[in-house]
Amino acid sequence: MLELDGVTAAYDSTPILRDVDLAVAEGEIVGVMGKNGVGKSTLLKTVIGLLEPTAGTITYAGTDVTTATADERARAGMGYIPQGRDVFPTLTVEQNVRMGETVNADSDELLYDVLYDYFPVLEERASQQAGGMSGGEQQMLAIARALVSNPDLLLLDEPSEGIQPSIVAQISEDMQAINEDLGTTILFVEQNLGVIREMADRCYAMERGEIVAELGPAALTDEDAIAEFLAV
Amino acid sequence: MPNGLNLLFQFLDSFAFIVLAAAGLAIIFGIMGVINLAHGEFIMVGAYATTLANLEAGLPLPLAMLVGVLVTAMFGLVVERVVISGTVPNAIGRRVLGRDVVEPLYDRLADSMVATWGLSLVMVQGVRLTLGNSLDQIGTPLGKIAYGGFSYSSYRVLLAGVALGLLAATYLAFTRTDYGMRARATVQDDDTARALGVDTERTYMTTFALGSALAGFTGALYAPTITMVPGLGGSFLVEAFVAVVVGGPGVVLGTTLAGGLLGAINALFSNLVGTFFGRIALLVTAIVMLRFLPDGITGFLDRLRQRRQEGA
Repeated sequence: MLELDGVTAAYDSTPILRDVDLAVAEGEIVGVMGKNGVGKSTLLKTVIGLLEPTAGTITYAGTDVTTATADERARAGMGYIPQGRDVFPTLTVEQNVRMGETVNADSDELLYDVLYDYFPVLEERASQQAGGMSGGEQQMLAIARALVSNPDLLLLDEPSEGIQPSIVAQISEDMQAINEDLGTTILFVEQNLGVIREMADRCYAMERGEIVAELGPAALTDEDAIAEFLAV
Repeated sequence: MPNGLNLLFQFLDSFAFIVLAAAGLAIIFGIMGVINLAHGEFIMVGAYATTLANLEAGLPLPLAMLVGVLVTAMFGLVVERVVISGTVPNAIGRRVLGRDVVEPLYDRLADSMVATWGLSLVMVQGVRLTLGNSLDQIGTPLGKIAYGGFSYSSYRVLLAGVALGLLAATYLAFTRTDYGMRARATVQDDDTARALGVDTERTYMTTFALGSALAGFTGALYAPTITMVPGLGGSFLVEAFVAVVVGGPGVVLGTTLAGGLLGAINALFSNLVGTFFGRIALLVTAIVMLRFLPDGITGFLDRLRQRRQEGA
């Protein structure tokens, strides 16, 4: 579904990603873990196309999208949930979700009913400004916004950041259910050990812009093996 | 009583002039972060196209005004592609030199001012060279309202209604349409908008064309009331600029409040001391506002709202 081959990216000639190889198969939930500042968010920005790689290729659904713009990739079926959610504060909750209708241009069905089932608060507060919601509610809103037109691949940047632990667990469960019910392939980055173990089928570990390890389902049950990559 | 009516008409007149002069400029500034110093010349294009369509081509006035709007919108579209987004020079650059030659002017206030000021000079001189120093003028339609020893042009009263209608239409366009929703999302966070499949460049292009169409509309509306000279945009630009400074980045609310406040100040001073002092009072207001509310009335309201949300 998604393949990165030797991807290198830089901000103002400072390299942030070095020679990243990564593959996600259809239907998988793949995690990328690493401490703050190792380039996790940059990796997702490069996949969605907000940052252009200086070397390497990105293949999505069999097509080379390395030079495609972010809006083209979104319309081709990539949903993206940025770090810190980035809901549009002065648009209403409903308008925020509607903004996701431009994602996955091929889709002719919109999933309002499904998503309002998962996150009833979004329907209850549909006409309120999104900026007034709590962090957890904004995260739900960003998930609904990215999923409303049923994209094939979801890119999820640190879902647990700044959110109460009880809601973090809820969101991890919801993401797994969405993966099963809708068949959405998920690539997420995270530094919360619990979320990684809970959600990921398998996982990559990042350090200083490089992929340094790949952990299969067995290794993911080994808490010490994971903690090694997240230790401060 | 006649004096009260005088003041009211003067207020309506100033309010309409400020709102209509500012609307296009405010939209382009609020959504794209571009200050179009050629805005007055866009109004001139609308006024000239309307006048020529009416007097030379013989179209009835409402149709001639529509021509004025469309010509200015098309002109704005070309300016956006060539000067503001740099798409055309970059396409040529890539073909000839193998690289881009300019960066888009979006969100570059000072750079966009220099570029569009240059454009305004070219436009004024271009029109002077091709069409001469003045055009015949369309007569003001609709006659006059008489009261006491005074009379007032009905058409100018109508303009106040048009200004209110325009504000309402703009409000609906930005809150109720898909274009408006995408434009507001793009202003708030253009990266996220793009990552959600919004072609932000097209949103900017549409916005500039819309702002230009509004400038053309203003030119068309005022064509029957002003002298047709190539520099006619100058007086519109001053009022529009002051209104945007005072109103801040909120397009509809900012323009409405600025139009109301500045219209009242202008009418009061013009009525009491004379037109010249009315204009001076406008500029003094702008300076005072810049000192105390540097991001305008709506910028100030935004900050208040943010503080309340953080406190909550």
